Amino acid sequence: MAIATENLIADLQSTFGTALSNFEEPYGLLTFQTNKDSIIPVLKYLNENETYRFRFLTDVCAVHYPTTKELAVVYHVQSMENNFRLRIKVFIPESNPKIPTATVLYESANWQERETYDFYGVIFEGHPNLVRILNVDDMVAFPMRKEHPLEDPNRIDKNDTYFGR
Amino acid sequence: MAHIQLDSDSLEKETTTLNLGPTHPATHGVFQNVLEMDGERIVSAVSTIGYIHRAFEKIAEHRPYYQITPLTDRLNYCSSPINNFGWHLTVEKLLNIETPKRVDYMRIIIMELARISDHLICNGILGVDTGAFTGFLYLMQERENIYEIYEEICGARLTTNFGRVGGFERDFNDIAILKTKKFLATFPKIMRSFEELFNRNRIFIDRTVGVGAISAEKALNYGFTGPCLRATGIDYDVRTANPYSSYNEFDFEIPVGTNGDTYDRYMVRNEEIWQSLRLIEQALAKMEKEPKGIFHADVPAYYLPEKQDVYANMEALIYHFKIVMGEVDMPKGELYHAVEGGNGELGFYLISEGGRSPYRLHFRRPCFIIYQAFAEIAKGSLLSDAIVTMSSLNVIAGELDA
Amino acid sequence: MSEIKIVSAPEGIEGAGFFATRLDKVVGLARSHSLWPLPFATSCCGIEFMATMGSHYDFARFGSERPSFSPRQADLLMVMGTIAKKMGPVLKQVYLQMAEPRWVIAVGACASSGGIFDTYSVMQGIDEIIPVDVYVPGCPPRPEAIIDGFNRIQDLVKSESMRRRNSPEYQALMTNYGIK
Repeated sequence: MAIATENLIADLQSTFGTALSNFEEPYGLLTFQTNKDSIIPVLKYLNENETYRFRFLTDVCAVHYPTTKELAVVYHVQSMENNFRLRIKVFIPESNPKIPTATVLYESANWQERETYDFYGVIFEGHPNLVRILNVDDMVAFPMRKEHPLEDPNRIDKNDTYFGR
Repeated sequence: MAHIQLDSDSLEKETTTLNLGPTHPATHGVFQNVLEMDGERIVSAVSTIGYIHRAFEKIAEHRPYYQITPLTDRLNYCSSPINNFGWHLTVEKLLNIETPKRVDYMRIIIMELARISDHLICNGILGVDTGAFTGFLYLMQERENIYEIYEEICGARLTTNFGRVGGFERDFNDIAILKTKKFLATFPKIMRSFEELFNRNRIFIDRTVGVGAISAEKALNYGFTGPCLRATGIDYDVRTANPYSSYNEFDFEIPVGTNGDTYDRYMVRNEEIWQSLRLIEQALAKMEKEPKGIFHADVPAYYLPEKQDVYANMEALIYHFKIVMGEVDMPKGELYHAVEGGNGELGFYLISEGGRSPYRLHFRRPCFIIYQAFAEIAKGSLLSDAIVTMSSLNVIAGELDA
Repeated sequence: MSEIKIVSAPEGIEGAGFFATRLDKVVGLARSHSLWPLPFATSCCGIEFMATMGSHYDFARFGSERPSFSPRQADLLMVMGTIAKKMGPVLKQVYLQMAEPRWVIAVGACASSGGIFDTYSVMQGIDEIIPVDVYVPGCPPRPEAIIDGFNRIQDLVKSESMRRRNSPEYQALMTNYGIK
């Protein structure tokens, strides 16, 4: 019951048209982009389709591109019966990082979206409990963004002359 | 945490709050559950994690590729070699390096030893949580034998930092092979006596059968992988679905359970230990058929050259300098690679923009995804059953928070 | 003849049916060989501690047969593993709940100084919030190193003066950490 990549691409393009773009296959994993209004319909279509059966959400994460002031939310889904993996990217602007939640389809998106919010500030609309999960609750910054420093700037015990900085 | 009003047929009017806090002898690692209790029964649970958040993904953006290997050690620290090799396989996929067969077989031996080590801790501690300390003591002694094998090859016991991109840093010496064969000879007897103690034990069965059950559909929806998913009946294993490191040449079975409860998870882990022993035997036999002395791929640009070559050969000197200073030319690319960790599918999502460090490295951590379901599984169960469920889900705090 | 080494008696005057020595020597001897640890294991060092407690390295032979998980009943707080900033208040609360005399051993690089995790979320050493008596370096330290650290604590306990906890230096140390 294998899925042929060309058939899948053709089917998706005919169903969703211009909402999908940038079909490519880096290192053998089919990847495409969509926009934030189409992501849940696309995931739902892939989930409910009896041939494809993408019933497993592997991963939700985000990437920060400060040069274009965008955040990319990346979904990895897979179909276990067909042994096929898929990557879907949604680019959202840094100034308005809102995207609908995938918890309506997959329970496993719950904490993963909280982690993405915690690290990047992506607001998942409709999430049942969008609060910080890994960092301390009163943190204001979003640490995985590129402008946030790795080391704690409030340390007073590090002597820069010894560290050669 | 607001108290929940209870029905009129219960003894109390509202629930009591119980904090199963970050420091607790029964929670194996630092995560907190605030429970609302109706007597001994849990009405609702709210999990809090992040007490050991060490910002691995942020650190990985500032380190050269081979300095990320010690970080991966500390994800699921009970089976560090699997994480190490998962990372090396990801980088090798990025660089299109193909490792020789002998290296693949050596990796399989170490990965399966790590899997045995992880499952021994989980099942031993499950025994301790139900009150049986003896099994744990015997299994810890066997884990010492596994640690000795690691030490012989890489020098460390727990956080192994095993191997390099392209293979291993040194060949398995004769003592390592001897210790592995001795382990294969002596371990089955101890494992059998451990199984005799628990598998048909009346008390253990009463404590674990039907406890913490989850259905297959729910488990898939929650993103379960690994022994917790296989206990519900679905035989998904990354080693057979997307084989890596020559797993497709080996003959092994994927044990599955039926009910998805604690007893099934325990039995699946036990069976996986036996299958891992089979894999190690086959890998040792296959390794001996390969030409001796090959322990890394021939990629001088990414694999540290031999010291005598560095002193004599100009190219080796340049490669040595570039690799140690971290100024290796990495190609641009984006990939996702998964390995079968001790708890399920451990995925590495790597975006490289050609610099000395990854642009983005995300770890798809199985424990993080599995632990979400705990609040729902624990609802309606007794407190002692919730402890046993938490123990059988095998949540390792390092992988939970990363 | 048994192979087990028994501790030697402290210096004192011995006679028929009596043994006279200093009180703090006897108390130190008894305390150091019956320390009840509180294993505060957070990450990888915790697994090495489990190996130390196992039968191969056998931590219990030094008198720590009963690891207490209740701070009220423990003498020695063994902090093993990374302490993140989120965990800091929890650690301080556990330390405050311990009764005097109490000792703290920081096992591993992360507890001693933050280890390899020089990040915004990790506390760079638990001595930012609680006073530490012995540091055991290593990542993770071998069980032999953990036992050696424990032996150093035993030496400290054996030679501690009975007045130390009321002395002005100790009070100043506690005030420094904001502990009353």
